[in-house]
Amino acid sequence: MANRLGIFALAAGTFFSSITLPVLADSDLVNVYSARKEALIKPLLDKFEAETDIVVNLVTGNADALLKRLQIEGSASPADIFITVDAGRLQRAKDAKVLQPISSEKLDAAIPAHLRDTDRQWYGLSQRARTIFYAKDRVDPAQLSTYEDLADPKWKGKICSRSSNNVYNQSLVAAMLESNGAEQTETWAKGFVANFAKPPAGGDTDQLRAVNAGVCDLTLANTYYFGRLANSSKDVDKQLVENIGVFWANQNDRGAHVNVSGAGVTAASKNKENAIKLIEFLTSPESQKWYAEVNSEYPVVAGSDISSVLKDFGDFTADTVELSKLGANNRTAVELMDRAGWK
Amino acid sequence: MTTQTFNSTTRSFNWLSGSAVLIASILALPVLVICAFLFAGSMDVWSHLFSTVLGDYIGNSLALLIGVSVGVLLLGVPPAWLTSVCDFPGRKIFTWALLLPLAVPAYIIAYTYTGLLDFAGPVQTLIRDITGLGYGEYYFFEIRSLGGATIMLSLVLYPYVYLLSRAAFLEQSNSAIEVSRTLGYSRSKAFFKLALPLARPAIIAGLTLALMETLADYGTVQYFGVTTFTTGIFRTFYGLGDSAAAAQLAAMLLGFVVLLILLEKYSRRQIKYHANNEQRKRPILVKLSGMQALGAFLLCLLPVLFGFLIPGGVLLNWALTQAEFNPQDFVELAWNSFTLASAAAALAVCLALILAYARRMNNQKRVQTSIMIAGMGYALPGTIIAIGILIPMAWLDHQLINLASKWFDLNLGLVFSGTLFALLFAYMVRFLAVSLGTIQTGLDKIKPSIDSAGRSLGCTSTQVLKRIHIPLMRSSVLTALLIVFVDVLKELPATLILRPFNFNTLAVRAFELASDERLIDAAPASLMIVAVGLLPVILLSRSIARGKE
Repeated sequence: MANRLGIFALAAGTFFSSITLPVLADSDLVNVYSARKEALIKPLLDKFEAETDIVVNLVTGNADALLKRLQIEGSASPADIFITVDAGRLQRAKDAKVLQPISSEKLDAAIPAHLRDTDRQWYGLSQRARTIFYAKDRVDPAQLSTYEDLADPKWKGKICSRSSNNVYNQSLVAAMLESNGAEQTETWAKGFVANFAKPPAGGDTDQLRAVNAGVCDLTLANTYYFGRLANSSKDVDKQLVENIGVFWANQNDRGAHVNVSGAGVTAASKNKENAIKLIEFLTSPESQKWYAEVNSEYPVVAGSDISSVLKDFGDFTADTVELSKLGANNRTAVELMDRAGWK
Repeated sequence: MTTQTFNSTTRSFNWLSGSAVLIASILALPVLVICAFLFAGSMDVWSHLFSTVLGDYIGNSLALLIGVSVGVLLLGVPPAWLTSVCDFPGRKIFTWALLLPLAVPAYIIAYTYTGLLDFAGPVQTLIRDITGLGYGEYYFFEIRSLGGATIMLSLVLYPYVYLLSRAAFLEQSNSAIEVSRTLGYSRSKAFFKLALPLARPAIIAGLTLALMETLADYGTVQYFGVTTFTTGIFRTFYGLGDSAAAAQLAAMLLGFVVLLILLEKYSRRQIKYHANNEQRKRPILVKLSGMQALGAFLLCLLPVLFGFLIPGGVLLNWALTQAEFNPQDFVELAWNSFTLASAAAALAVCLALILAYARRMNNQKRVQTSIMIAGMGYALPGTIIAIGILIPMAWLDHQLINLASKWFDLNLGLVFSGTLFALLFAYMVRFLAVSLGTIQTGLDKIKPSIDSAGRSLGCTSTQVLKRIHIPLMRSSVLTALLIVFVDVLKELPATLILRPFNFNTLAVRAFELASDERLIDAAPASLMIVAVGLLPVILLSRSIARGKE
C-alpha cells in the first residue's frame, strides 16, 4: 500500500510541476473567459495568436458560472474578455458591472447598432437565428406564419420543444415579451405548451430528429443545428435534411428571432488594448466567414460571405429588437414559462 | 513509563482532534457559505417557486431517491454476496468487472441509452421498419423519464453498494456463518439472519453515497427533462439569475442530506460488531453448480452488461465509426485527468484518515459536528460548491492583495482562486464524504481493544494507526482511493468553473461536445474517461481481493 500511495504522490508531484501558475498582467497576452465552447473559439484564438504574437489564455465554462466568477474575483480578476453565446447573458454581465465601455471605430462601423450595446460594453460576434422547422410531408408551409400562431389549437399534439431551462427558449420568450407584452405572451405560452406532442427533453437536434421520426410535425430550433446536419456525411442526417423544411417566422411583421454570441472587455482588464484587438479580430471578414462555415451562424458584419448551407435556407428578415432587452426580460420570461407549465 | 505513555497519548489526542476540527472546518466552509444565504434577502422568488415548481422538485427528487435505493440495493448486494461466498463460473472476473460501471459518468450512460432507445434511435426505428407502425401505435419504454433516470443512476451507482458490502461480507468472520450452518441455518437463512445484518452498516454507507450522488446529479436529470432539486437550483441560478435564491434552494437540499446522514447513523446505532481479524482465514467458497451457478452468473452479468458492456459498446461504436477527433489532444487531456484524480484521491484519503481517527480517539461533539457538516458537500451540485469556495477564497485573495500592495508595493493577483489549489479544495469538499465513509466503516470494524493493547505496549496513537490500523484497513483505504479517483475523473461542474486557464480534462471535453449536441463526437473522450478509470479499478480491486483471500 505504501508503494501505491507513493505512486499517487509521485504522480501528484509531477502534475503540479507541469502546471504554470495563473498568468499576471503582461503586455503580450490576453485572458479570455468564454461561454463559447473550446471547439468553436480556440481555432480563431490560435489564429489571432499566430498573427499578432499576443498569447491568448482561455478558460471555457457556463456563462452564468463564469459571470459569477468574474463578480466574485472583482478587481483582481485575471480575465480581459468575457465571451458568451447569448445576448441576455451579456446584458446580465453589464448589469453586474463586470464589463467596461470601450471605444473602437472599427467595431462601431462594422456592427449594426441593434447587435451591440448602446453603451459600448459588449459587441455581437455572430448571429444565431431560431425559427420554425417542419416535416415537409405533413405540413404545408402555407399553414405556417408566426411564433404566435404555434399556440393555435390546430397544432395540438404536433409540436416538439426542448425544455424551458434552455436559454434559447428563454430568449425567444423574452423577445416576445418585448413586442407582445406580458399578458399576451403568457396566454401564448399556455397555448404553445398545450400543443406539445411529448414532455420537453433533449436538445435542438433531438427535436429535429423527433420531427423526422414522426413524433411531431414541427419544432423550434437554432438554424446551426440544422446546418450541422446538412453538412453531415451520414445517410440518416442527409435524409433528415431532405424531410424537414426551414420556415422563417414572422416575416410579415417584426422578423425571425435572432440572438448573438458576443464579447465584452472586463472591468478588471489589465490588457485592455489586446482585448480590443482580439474583439476586432473576431469581427474581421475571415473570422466572420469561419463562423458561417464551421457552425452555420450568420455574420454580424454586413456583406460577409455566408456558406452554401446558409444560402439554401434563403434570405430572411430578422427581428431588430434591441438585444439588451433579452437580458432585462429573462427572469420574467422564466417565471412566465413556469406558470405556463413549460417544463 | 506509564505516565509517559499517558502524556504522549494525551498530547497526540489534542494534536489530532485539533487538526481534525481545523480540517473539517475548512472543508465545511463552502457549505456554511451556502447556508449563510438563508439569511440573505431576495425572498420574492420563493413565492413564485412555491406556487409553481417547488412541489415538482421535491416530489421528483424523493421519487428518484426511493427508486435509486431499490435499484442499487438489488444490483449491488446480491452480486457482492455471491462473489464473496460462492464459487461459480466467471466469479473471479465478476469480482472486478462488477466495478466497471463506476468508471462511467451518469450523464454519459444517459447519452448512450438515449441514442439507442429513444424514438429516433436504431431500436425503435427497427421496430417501426419491421411492423410498419408509427409513433404512438406501439408501446415502448420512454427512456427520457423519471423511470429512465432512475435506471441510469442505479446502473452506475450500484458499485458503491457492491464495493462496500462485498468488503463487509469478506471481512465477516467465516466461522460465524459456518457455526450457523452447523446449527441448521440454510444458506439463505444464514444470509438473511446473519450476513446481511452484520453487513448492514456497510451497505447503508454505500447506499448513502449512491443517494448523495443522486441528489447532486445534474447531467442525467437535465438531459431527461426531469425536474429535481438540482435542476431547480440551476434554473434559479441561471434562468432567474438569482444566485441567493439558488443558494437557498441548495441549503434546502442539505435538509435531505441531513436526513440521509441521520439514516446512516441510525443504521449504526448500537451496532458494534468487530471482525475477529486475528483469526481470519481463507474463506471456504460454496461451490455452485447447474441452475444455481447459471443463476448466480446471470445475476452478476446483468449489472455489468447494462451498466458497462452495452454503453461501452455504443461509445466504442460511435468513436470508431463516426466520431471526429484528434487523438493527439487526448494524451494531454488524459494526463490532466489522471494526475488530478490521483492527487485528489491521495489527499482525500489522508484527510479522511486524520478525521476518522480523531473521531475514534475522541468523541467530542465539536469534532463530530464539524465532520458531519464537512461531509455534506457530497450531495451539493458541483457548481454550488464552486461558488461556496470562490467566495471565501476571493475574499482571502483580496486581503492578500491589499496587504501586498500596502506593505510591499507588490501587484499580487489571485493566488488561490482560479488555480488548481481551488480545484483540489472543491474536490475535497465534494468527495470527503466518500473517503471518510469508507475509511470509517473499515475503522469501526477494528476492535478498540486492539488500540488499547497497542498503546499499553508503548505505541503512540500515531504508531497504532501506522502499524496496526492501516495494515488492517488496507482494503478500506484502497477502496476510498479508488472511489475518489473515479469520482474526480468524472466530476464536471466544479472542474468547469474552477479550473485555471488552458487546463482541460476528459470530462470537460466530453461535456462540451455533448452539450453542443455532438454526442457522437463526445464518444472518444467519454470512452477515455472510462479507460483511464479502468486501470485503477482493476488494479485496486485485485489488490483488495488479494488482501482478503
